Amino acid sequence: MMSKIESFDELKSLQERLKAGRDPKKPCVTICVGTGCLAYGTQKLVDNFREELAKRNLAEKIDFRTTGCHGFCERGPMVIISPEKIFYQRVGLADAGEIIDKTVLKGEVIDRLLYVDPATGVKVVHEDDVPFYKKQTRLVFGLNSKVDPESMEDYLAIGGYSALGKALTGMKPEAIIQEVIKANLRGRGGGGFPAGWKWDSTRKAKGEPKYIVCNADEGDPGAYMDRSLLEGNPHLVLEGMIIGAYAIGSSEGYIYVRNEYPLAVKNINTAIRQAREAGLLGANILGSGFSFDVKINRGGGAFVCGESSALFASLEGRAGEPRAKYIHATDKGLYDKPTNLNNVETWANVPFIIDRGADWYAGIGTENSKGTKIFSLVGKINNTGLVEVPMGTTLREIVFEIGGGIPDGLKFKAIQTGGPSGGCIPEKYLDLRVDFDELTKIGSMMGSGGMIVMDERNCMVDVARYFTNFLVSESCGKCVPCREGVRRMRDILVDIADGKGREGDVELLEKMSAAVIDGALCALGNSAPNPVLSTIRHFRDEYKAHIEEKRCPAGVCKALITYSVDAEKCTGCMVCSKVCPTGAASGERKKAHTIDPAKCTKCGACRESCKFDSIIVK
Amino acid sequence: MEEKVKEIIQQYRGDKSYLVPILQDVQREFNYLPKDALCAVSTHLSVPISRVYEVVTFYKAFSLKPKGRCQLSLCLGTACHVRGAELIAGNISDILGIKEGDTTADLEFSFETVGCLGACALGPILVVNGEYHGHMNIAKSTKILKKLGKKGASDDEQD
Repeated sequence: MMSKIESFDELKSLQERLKAGRDPKKPCVTICVGTGCLAYGTQKLVDNFREELAKRNLAEKIDFRTTGCHGFCERGPMVIISPEKIFYQRVGLADAGEIIDKTVLKGEVIDRLLYVDPATGVKVVHEDDVPFYKKQTRLVFGLNSKVDPESMEDYLAIGGYSALGKALTGMKPEAIIQEVIKANLRGRGGGGFPAGWKWDSTRKAKGEPKYIVCNADEGDPGAYMDRSLLEGNPHLVLEGMIIGAYAIGSSEGYIYVRNEYPLAVKNINTAIRQAREAGLLGANILGSGFSFDVKINRGGGAFVCGESSALFASLEGRAGEPRAKYIHATDKGLYDKPTNLNNVETWANVPFIIDRGADWYAGIGTENSKGTKIFSLVGKINNTGLVEVPMGTTLREIVFEIGGGIPDGLKFKAIQTGGPSGGCIPEKYLDLRVDFDELTKIGSMMGSGGMIVMDERNCMVDVARYFTNFLVSESCGKCVPCREGVRRMRDILVDIADGKGREGDVELLEKMSAAVIDGALCALGNSAPNPVLSTIRHFRDEYKAHIEEKRCPAGVCKALITYSVDAEKCTGCMVCSKVCPTGAASGERKKAHTIDPAKCTKCGACRESCKFDSIIVK
Repeated sequence: MEEKVKEIIQQYRGDKSYLVPILQDVQREFNYLPKDALCAVSTHLSVPISRVYEVVTFYKAFSLKPKGRCQLSLCLGTACHVRGAELIAGNISDILGIKEGDTTADLEFSFETVGCLGACALGPILVVNGEYHGHMNIAKSTKILKKLGKKGASDDEQD
């Protein structure tokens, strides 16, 4: 247990002591145990390492650290051996002993565990040379690989809480707000509203107490950067919140986190307990006279609770229904008191701005979007993972240079950003410089930073139907335009996908979208038509093919496709006939098979199992 | 049951604003939210039962029906969707003979689809009693169900 830190000087000397106690030349084995890697079974590898180290009596001589997500989820489990920073990927759960004996003790590199750059075929030894990392600017997220999320000492040893010390002892609250305004930090949760101005409004609002809230209700399907930050570096988020609370004049904060993120809940709880023990939360923080504490509240699993007023309702123990926002949350938010809500990534940026200054921060990014942004690059992409790049990086760089392009030699079709409130961006905009404003201009949005890559085998009508369907099930039901309008839009999209589309459906969808945008109560409803509008805007031909020709060009919409066998490619291996649940696929050994359309349920099992790509879907 | 509910409420010092987490803990205890437990929450937290019911039916995480011994969750996040998760959902539903969100009559299997598990590199993902099975496909999901003892999953019985 850490004893209470009474002042900034004491904090500084503690940091120095911890830093000095760490020999940078001492060997250290680091393993990523973020949720993504844990899903590979990495816990077993961790146990093996501990066991093997103990067996060799090396536990004292070699540091062993488990950390949060490094971002390269595609290649887990990942092990990094310092000080050389040798990077091993797809490590087998039984490889621990070999890595210790060969690499840690003898400095030998194990060839089979190295990453192979698919573009050049060259094996990469060091982490920093992996193309996926090389082209990123891992400012906020990079700290994840340096700290054990359960160790406050780790965070302090890399200079953690310095920004807080600087803010509390050397800066007036107004000066901090001005610094954040000058840095032009914009909300990373979706809206992109300038955080500094929000802080300023909350500070100036009448009413006590004032609340600050951290929105960790990351509900966008396909986005998980907030979870990875909270899981991997909870003290960074906490530090940002404490600085914000001091600037705003708040003594009470909340973190609203998804219950589906058990590891994030556990790690942030641990961090709060440690910060309290160290006197960084509670009364009279660092002897400054400022007091602040944080509570955690777990969400009930409702997408709408990411919306501020719905989130407050949920925090108060009610159903998460939004309200009209004639009065801003900064005046009347949680319990009708002035409330400042920012998302996890926004809070995590704050310590950097205070520590290094607004001018430095504003030097990164584009004119109106400063700093870096973490994106979750997922879907039909070779290097699935979390990437952090400066605002203004092009989609092409993100998808092809960092992401490594599309698997299986298929063609890029679109990239979807902004979650269910965003849109699909076609190939012709690949050179778009990604920031808040550019994405909005072409009918999508930044959102929380999900980027879902789609290839030629993804149908845009199906994607619009998917998102609309998601929004129908997540609509809170309070206002008619969202509850009924989005539902009817979904019905039309289902009809189109089922081959029952009628002439004029596209125009009707556009008209209904306009009504929903105008009439819905909250941002969720206002933005619900975006996936439909953006796919119509950029892929109108595909809608036409569905409606007029009753054809799904991508081969997805079941009612419009048939499965058949390419007799040229089929080798008669009989695999398809074995996996077909209805007996539709049949044929003799070594002779081309056939699929009986009358029996075929289009389940896709044959295509999935065919090793010769001989199943034709049209 | 009432004692257990009281105990959970005490952990939150009877604070009404923690209704959602309290209900989450109650559900974890009983595997679903039985009527008596909800009444106990209402009484001991001094929240009208109508409000409790409103909250329970609003949030996705809550279930008023008992869950099966074996719980299957298939991720239908966008990344999993574009990799064909819906075809897998169809396959599981067909084999179990239930729609997503339902439980088999013998209380052996519950099948639900979830928003996003945030392990997109492994997508599509099927979670079986908390254990992740990545890079799921139709054939693999059939095999898993077979292993779990679902008779319908064997090819012979399908015909």
